Amino acid sequence: MIGALTVSVSVAALLLAVWCGYATARDQSTKDWHFLGMAVVSVLALAQLVVGIVELAQGRKPVGGTALFLAYLVGALLAVPAAGFMSLLEHTRWGSAIVTAGGLILAVLEVRLFDIWGGGHG
Amino acid sequence: MAEEQQEQQERRKIGEGPGRLLVSLYGLFTVAAGSRSLYQLIAQFHKAPLAYILSAVAAVVYAFILVTLVRGSESARRLALVCCGAELAGVLVVGTLTVVVRSAFPDQTVWSYYGMGYLFLPLILPVTGMLWLRKRSCG
Repeated sequence: MIGALTVSVSVAALLLAVWCGYATARDQSTKDWHFLGMAVVSVLALAQLVVGIVELAQGRKPVGGTALFLAYLVGALLAVPAAGFMSLLEHTRWGSAIVTAGGLILAVLEVRLFDIWGGGHG
Repeated sequence: MAEEQQEQQERRKIGEGPGRLLVSLYGLFTVAAGSRSLYQLIAQFHKAPLAYILSAVAAVVYAFILVTLVRGSESARRLALVCCGAELAGVLVVGTLTVVVRSAFPDQTVWSYYGMGYLFLPLILPVTGMLWLRKRSCG
Protein backbone atom coordinates (compact mmCIF):
# COMPACT_ATOMS: atom_id res chain seq x y z
CA MET A 1 0.00 0.00 0.00
CA ILE A 2 2.76 2.41 0.96
CA GLY A 3 4.67 1.35 -2.14
CA ALA A 4 1.79 2.17 -4.48
CA LEU A 5 1.21 5.51 -2.76
CA THR A 6 4.92 6.34 -2.93
CA VAL A 7 4.88 5.79 -6.68
CA SER A 8 1.68 7.87 -7.08
CA VAL A 9 3.05 10.76 -5.03
CA SER A 10 6.35 10.70 -6.95
CA VAL A 11 4.64 10.73 -10.34
CA ALA A 12 2.23 13.49 -9.26
CA ALA A 13 5.11 15.53 -7.84
CA LEU A 14 7.13 15.18 -11.04
CA LEU A 15 4.11 16.17 -13.16
CA LEU A 16 3.65 19.23 -10.96
CA ALA A 17 7.35 20.08 -11.36
CA VAL A 18 7.12 19.80 -15.17
CA TRP A 19 3.92 21.85 -15.26
CA CYS A 20 5.33 24.66 -13.14
CA GLY A 21 8.68 24.40 -14.91
CA TYR A 22 6.78 25.08 -18.14
CA ALA A 23 5.19 28.13 -16.50
CA THR A 24 8.64 29.29 -15.40
CA ALA A 25 9.98 28.91 -18.94
CA ARG A 26 7.04 30.95 -20.26
CA ASP A 27 7.68 33.67 -17.67
CA GLN A 28 4.37 33.04 -15.89
CA SER A 29 3.51 33.01 -12.20
CA THR A 30 1.50 30.23 -10.55
CA LYS A 31 -2.25 30.40 -11.30
CA ASP A 32 -5.32 28.89 -9.63
CA TRP A 33 -4.95 25.71 -11.69
CA HIS A 34 -1.43 25.24 -10.40
CA PHE A 35 -2.69 25.54 -6.85
CA LEU A 36 -5.32 22.91 -7.59
CA GLY A 37 -2.50 20.67 -8.79
CA MET A 38 -0.57 21.36 -5.58
CA ALA A 39 -3.69 20.46 -3.59
CA VAL A 40 -3.97 17.12 -5.40
CA VAL A 41 -0.32 16.30 -4.70
CA SER A 42 -0.73 17.36 -1.06
CA VAL A 43 -3.83 15.18 -0.60
CA LEU A 44 -1.86 12.20 -1.94
CA ALA A 45 0.97 12.99 0.48
CA LEU A 46 -1.56 13.26 3.32
CA ALA A 47 -3.02 9.86 2.38
CA GLN A 48 0.50 8.50 2.46
CA LEU A 49 1.07 9.88 5.94
CA VAL A 50 -2.18 8.35 7.21
CA VAL A 51 -1.49 4.96 5.62
CA GLY A 52 2.07 5.11 6.94
CA ILE A 53 0.85 5.70 10.49
CA VAL A 54 -1.72 2.89 10.16
CA GLU A 55 0.96 0.49 8.97
CA LEU A 56 3.20 1.48 11.89
CA ALA A 57 0.27 0.99 14.28
CA GLN A 58 -0.18 -2.51 12.88
CA GLY A 59 3.35 -3.28 13.99
CA ARG A 60 5.30 -3.00 10.75
CA LYS A 61 8.88 -1.79 11.27
CA PRO A 62 10.54 0.36 8.62
CA VAL A 63 14.06 -0.84 7.79
CA GLY A 64 15.51 2.66 8.29
CA GLY A 65 13.83 3.27 11.67
CA THR A 66 10.39 4.50 12.74
CA ALA A 67 11.46 8.05 13.67
CA LEU A 68 13.18 8.60 10.33
CA PHE A 69 10.20 7.16 8.47
CA LEU A 70 7.77 9.47 10.26
CA ALA A 71 10.03 12.49 9.73
CA TYR A 72 10.14 11.83 6.00
CA LEU A 73 6.36 11.31 5.85
CA VAL A 74 5.79 14.69 7.52
CA GLY A 75 8.44 16.33 5.34
CA ALA A 76 6.79 14.90 2.22
CA LEU A 77 3.44 16.31 3.33
CA LEU A 78 4.86 19.79 3.98
CA ALA A 79 7.11 20.14 0.90
CA VAL A 80 4.51 21.22 -1.66
CA PRO A 81 2.30 23.38 0.63
CA ALA A 82 5.41 25.25 1.78
CA ALA A 83 6.45 25.83 -1.83
CA GLY A 84 2.88 26.93 -2.64
CA PHE A 85 2.96 29.44 0.20
CA MET A 86 6.25 30.92 -1.03
CA SER A 87 4.90 31.13 -4.58
CA LEU A 88 1.87 33.07 -3.27
CA LEU A 89 4.30 35.75 -2.10
CA GLU A 90 6.13 35.83 -5.43
CA HIS A 91 3.96 36.83 -8.38
CA THR A 92 6.63 36.29 -11.00
CA ARG A 93 8.11 33.34 -12.89
CA TRP A 94 10.20 32.68 -9.78
CA GLY A 95 7.04 31.74 -7.90
CA SER A 96 6.61 28.93 -10.45
CA ALA A 97 10.28 28.04 -10.10
CA ILE A 98 9.79 27.57 -6.36
CA VAL A 99 6.93 25.10 -6.92
CA THR A 100 9.03 23.30 -9.54
CA ALA A 101 11.76 22.90 -6.93
CA GLY A 102 9.16 21.76 -4.38
CA GLY A 103 7.91 19.04 -6.75
CA LEU A 104 11.43 17.79 -7.50
CA ILE A 105 12.32 17.76 -3.81
CA LEU A 106 9.15 15.80 -2.99
CA ALA A 107 10.09 13.22 -5.64
CA VAL A 108 13.52 12.85 -4.03
CA LEU A 109 11.91 12.53 -0.58
CA GLU A 110 9.72 9.74 -1.96
CA VAL A 111 12.74 7.81 -3.20
CA ARG A 112 14.33 8.10 0.25
CA LEU A 113 11.04 7.15 1.89
CA PHE A 114 10.91 4.02 -0.24
CA ASP A 115 14.42 3.05 0.93
CA ILE A 116 13.63 3.78 4.58
CA TRP A 117 10.47 1.66 4.42
CA GLY A 118 12.49 -1.20 3.01
CA GLY A 119 11.92 -1.31 -0.72
CA GLY A 120 9.22 -3.44 -2.27
CA HIS A 121 7.68 -4.94 0.87
CA GLY A 122 4.38 -3.23 0.79
CA MET B 1 14.55 61.22 -0.25
CA ALA B 2 14.49 59.58 -3.66
CA GLU B 3 17.78 57.93 -2.84
CA GLU B 4 16.35 56.53 0.35
CA GLN B 5 13.40 55.08 -1.53
CA GLN B 6 15.73 53.54 -4.05
CA GLU B 7 17.72 52.03 -1.23
CA GLN B 8 14.56 50.62 0.33
CA GLN B 9 13.63 49.07 -2.97
CA GLU B 10 17.04 47.45 -3.31
CA ARG B 11 16.72 46.21 0.23
CA ARG B 12 13.45 44.46 -0.49
CA LYS B 13 14.79 42.89 -3.62
CA ILE B 14 17.39 40.60 -2.06
CA GLY B 15 14.66 38.26 -0.87
CA GLU B 16 12.46 38.64 -3.94
CA GLY B 17 12.41 37.27 -7.46
CA PRO B 18 15.15 34.67 -7.79
CA GLY B 19 16.02 35.59 -4.22
CA ARG B 20 12.72 34.09 -3.05
CA LEU B 21 13.73 30.75 -4.59
CA LEU B 22 17.03 31.00 -2.68
CA VAL B 23 15.15 31.82 0.53
CA SER B 24 12.93 28.76 -0.01
CA LEU B 25 15.87 26.46 -0.62
CA TYR B 26 17.81 27.82 2.34
CA GLY B 27 14.69 27.33 4.44
CA LEU B 28 14.50 23.74 3.27
CA PHE B 29 18.15 23.09 4.07
CA THR B 30 17.88 24.73 7.48
CA VAL B 31 15.05 22.33 8.32
CA ALA B 32 16.72 19.33 6.67
CA ALA B 33 20.18 19.80 8.18
CA GLY B 34 18.72 20.94 11.51
CA SER B 35 16.36 18.00 12.00
CA ARG B 36 18.98 15.56 10.76
CA SER B 37 21.61 16.80 13.19
CA LEU B 38 19.13 16.99 16.09
CA TYR B 39 18.08 13.40 15.50
CA GLN B 40 21.65 12.21 15.11
CA LEU B 41 22.99 14.16 18.09
CA ILE B 42 20.25 12.76 20.33
CA ALA B 43 19.92 9.22 19.02
CA GLN B 44 23.37 8.17 17.82
CA PHE B 45 25.97 10.67 19.01
CA HIS B 46 28.46 7.96 19.98
CA LYS B 47 28.53 6.58 16.43
CA ALA B 48 30.14 9.53 14.67
CA PRO B 49 30.40 12.67 16.80
CA LEU B 50 32.46 14.62 14.26
CA ALA B 51 30.03 14.02 11.41
CA TYR B 52 27.05 14.96 13.53
CA ILE B 53 28.62 18.12 14.93
CA LEU B 54 29.39 19.10 11.36
CA SER B 55 25.75 18.56 10.44
CA ALA B 56 24.77 20.86 13.28
CA VAL B 57 27.27 23.52 12.16
CA ALA B 58 25.88 23.28 8.63
CA ALA B 59 22.36 23.77 9.99
CA VAL B 60 23.42 26.90 11.88
CA VAL B 61 25.10 28.35 8.79
CA TYR B 62 21.99 27.68 6.69
CA ALA B 63 19.74 29.27 9.32
CA PHE B 64 22.00 32.32 9.48
CA ILE B 65 22.00 32.83 5.71
CA LEU B 66 18.23 32.36 5.68
CA VAL B 67 17.79 35.16 8.22
CA THR B 68 20.17 37.52 6.44
CA LEU B 69 18.44 36.89 3.10
CA VAL B 70 15.05 37.66 4.60
CA ARG B 71 16.28 40.79 6.43
CA GLY B 72 18.07 41.97 3.31
CA SER B 73 19.82 45.11 4.58
CA GLU B 74 23.21 46.03 3.18
CA SER B 75 25.07 44.73 6.23
CA ALA B 76 22.96 41.57 6.14
CA ARG B 77 23.85 41.17 2.49
CA ARG B 78 27.58 41.38 3.32
CA LEU B 79 27.18 38.90 6.16
CA ALA B 80 25.28 36.57 3.86
CA LEU B 81 28.13 36.79 1.34
CA VAL B 82 30.67 35.83 4.01
CA CYS B 83 28.46 32.95 5.18
CA CYS B 84 27.94 31.66 1.66
CA GLY B 85 31.75 31.67 1.35
CA ALA B 86 32.04 29.75 4.62
CA GLU B 87 29.36 27.33 3.43
CA LEU B 88 31.16 26.75 0.14
CA ALA B 89 34.44 26.21 2.00
CA GLY B 90 32.65 23.77 4.32
CA VAL B 91 31.20 21.76 1.45
CA LEU B 92 34.55 21.64 -0.34
CA VAL B 93 36.59 20.70 2.76
CA VAL B 94 34.13 18.12 4.10
CA GLY B 95 33.45 16.81 0.59
CA THR B 96 37.15 16.32 -0.07
CA LEU B 97 37.73 14.78 3.38
CA THR B 98 34.96 12.24 2.83
CA VAL B 99 36.57 11.22 -0.43
CA VAL B 100 40.17 11.14 0.85
CA VAL B 101 39.84 10.04 4.53
CA ARG B 102 36.67 7.98 4.49
CA SER B 103 37.33 6.50 7.94
CA ALA B 104 36.90 9.91 9.60
CA PHE B 105 33.25 9.92 8.57
CA PRO B 106 31.54 6.66 9.45
CA ASP B 107 28.16 8.29 8.83
CA GLN B 108 26.96 10.82 6.30
CA THR B 109 26.53 14.56 6.78
CA VAL B 110 24.78 17.01 4.47
CA TRP B 111 28.18 17.96 3.11
CA SER B 112 29.54 14.45 2.54
CA TYR B 113 30.69 13.77 -1.03
CA TYR B 114 30.01 17.41 -1.89
CA GLY B 115 26.34 17.03 -0.98
CA MET B 116 25.72 14.15 -3.38
CA GLY B 117 22.86 12.78 -1.25
CA TYR B 118 21.14 16.13 -1.61
CA LEU B 119 21.40 16.46 -5.40
CA PHE B 120 24.62 18.50 -4.97
CA LEU B 121 22.41 21.38 -3.85
CA PRO B 122 24.76 22.12 -0.89
CA LEU B 123 27.45 22.81 -3.52
CA ILE B 124 25.21 24.74 -5.93
CA LEU B 125 23.42 26.90 -3.33
CA PRO B 126 26.38 28.93 -2.00
CA VAL B 127 27.63 29.62 -5.54
CA THR B 128 24.26 30.84 -6.81
CA GLY B 129 23.81 32.65 -3.49
CA MET B 130 27.06 34.57 -3.89
CA LEU B 131 26.36 35.37 -7.56
CA TRP B 132 22.91 36.65 -6.61
CA LEU B 133 24.17 38.73 -3.70
CA ARG B 134 26.95 40.25 -5.79
CA LYS B 135 24.54 41.09 -8.58
CA ARG B 136 22.28 42.82 -6.05
CA SER B 137 25.11 45.03 -4.84
CA CYS B 138 25.81 46.43 -8.33
CA GLY B 139 22.17 46.86 -9.32
